[in-house]
Amino acid sequence: MNRIRYMVEKEIQQLRRNPVLLRIMLAAPIMQLILLSYAANYEVKNLNIAVVDGDHTTYSQRLVGKFRYLDNFRMTGYLASDKQARQTLLAGDADLVLVIPPHFERDLAKEGNTSVQLLLNAIDGSKAGIANGYATAIIRDFNADIRAETSAVAPGTIPALDIENQYWYNPKLEYKTFMVPGVLFELLILVGGLVSALNIVREKEIGTMEQLNVTPIRKHEFILGKSIPFVLIGLVLFTVGLLLGRFLFQIRIEGSVALMYVFALLFLILCVGLGLLISTLADNQQQALFVSFFLLVLFILLSGLFASTENMPEWAQWLNILNPLKYIIEVGRNVMLKGSTFRDVSRPFFVLAGMAIGLLLLASWRYRKTV
Amino acid sequence: MEKAVSTNQLTRKFGSFIATDAITFDVNQGEIFGFLGANGAGKTTAMRMLCGLLKPSSGEATVAGFDVYRQSEKIKQNIGYMSQRFSLYEDLTVRENIRFYGGIYGLRRADIPTKTDQILQKLGIESVADSLVASLPLGWKQKLAFSVALIHEPKIVFLDEPTGGVDPITRRQFWDLIYEAAHNGTTVFVTTHYMDEAEYCNRVSIMVDGKMKALDTPAGLKTAYGVDSMDAVFQILARGTSTK
Repeated sequence: MNRIRYMVEKEIQQLRRNPVLLRIMLAAPIMQLILLSYAANYEVKNLNIAVVDGDHTTYSQRLVGKFRYLDNFRMTGYLASDKQARQTLLAGDADLVLVIPPHFERDLAKEGNTSVQLLLNAIDGSKAGIANGYATAIIRDFNADIRAETSAVAPGTIPALDIENQYWYNPKLEYKTFMVPGVLFELLILVGGLVSALNIVREKEIGTMEQLNVTPIRKHEFILGKSIPFVLIGLVLFTVGLLLGRFLFQIRIEGSVALMYVFALLFLILCVGLGLLISTLADNQQQALFVSFFLLVLFILLSGLFASTENMPEWAQWLNILNPLKYIIEVGRNVMLKGSTFRDVSRPFFVLAGMAIGLLLLASWRYRKTV
Repeated sequence: MEKAVSTNQLTRKFGSFIATDAITFDVNQGEIFGFLGANGAGKTTAMRMLCGLLKPSSGEATVAGFDVYRQSEKIKQNIGYMSQRFSLYEDLTVRENIRFYGGIYGLRRADIPTKTDQILQKLGIESVADSLVASLPLGWKQKLAFSVALIHEPKIVFLDEPTGGVDPITRRQFWDLIYEAAHNGTTVFVTTHYMDEAEYCNRVSIMVDGKMKALDTPAGLKTAYGVDSMDAVFQILARGTSTK
């Protein structure tokens, strides 16, 4: 038991002697939190829209005015012809062009129907899809306005069914709100998994590992002695991340903060277990770095941090059963944004706990004082 | 009297390569036992098996009365080990290193400062007690590593080429420390390829290509081979030729 204390003390002394690493360990993840949350952004804003108005009437002006009103769109100007519209799209000066045909107002008033055309740059398919969705909604809205005005004149028109969306948990559909809880946990893998693996492999490289292996230190003493400092640093990091989320990103924690910490602790133990396992498999820091990096990228890309896991191919979803990051990100979002309680997230809790125990057992089985 | 180390046909293979080939010998308690051989002769492999770092492929061995297969953790409580590779933490101070290893070897918390002062005083390095080990000259580091290997007063201490790369004066001082340890009853098992150091041992064994070719006192070996230095004995055995 005492040996664990000496191990922890030694690790902390060594960390203090390496202020650059300490600073990188704290600063890099925080920068990542800020950068990823602000930059990795799928919100579609500032869509450049150009208009070919072949009608020049009050109706056409009103339609265009509706686009101006929304801050997702930025009006770049009027164009004279379809030909010019194509050139504008080609040059990338507009993301979409609204083409209002001649006699737009007359047809709409007299015959009760007409059509407008949307030209979209669809190289980025998802962006074009979202732009199309916005534009269609505006046009539908315009249509509803006109019908409301004219319905007094033409009674008996069937009232249109109106769908009104209410976005729960992230009412403003802010990407930051979606990213922060995920990145917060993703950061812990860096310290818990990568840094701990490198730390132990370094002891192998410099020969102190062999020295420790001829001492009577027990496996669990070594493993705990190595784990505790990294779990503690991870918890400090997590706290900083939570504070940033609250005060910089203005994300209120709907659920229990204690529950968030329970999961942070569990996840850190899991990460350290993974780091330990990697360190028993790798002979030098290059190998450890390569293996960790490979796993890290795989975990992150499949985790649902950026893209929803439900839309992934079936094989990827199968792989994801083993991806601890997927569970913890789900939990983070649910507890932080939805206010889920332990009962709501008990399944991922037991899955993660099982993984953590499995990894630690595997690591201590692989860790041999005698080869 | 029980032997400090006892082996019978001890062998370690790496694939088809036989690093240590059926060596059989005993080390008496309290003696300085020299383990000589060229690089790659199998000295380090044999020593690592005795320290419980490496499992033997076959044969038997006991260290401090404990079996190397089944009781390696018991062995570890009773031995000190100083490897070829320098094994203190360069980024810790002298004092922190002593404290750490003292703690790992289970010294009582209250005893560690006393022990630390003893070591610092004996080596005459009080002035650098709070300097990083990385800043010490190699000779000092090795003497410190030796003292740390003895911190828990083990029955046997294993030294793997402890004086590699240091000047003759420091080597002489190092051997003074070895004599002192032996005088206090610690069995010293030391590998070297310096033949002058072989003269300092009570008994020496000579390993060639994984086999133990000779084992006797330095005087006995010189007489048996009819030469006047350990160097000459070694030349005959290792190269199969006489320099004379």
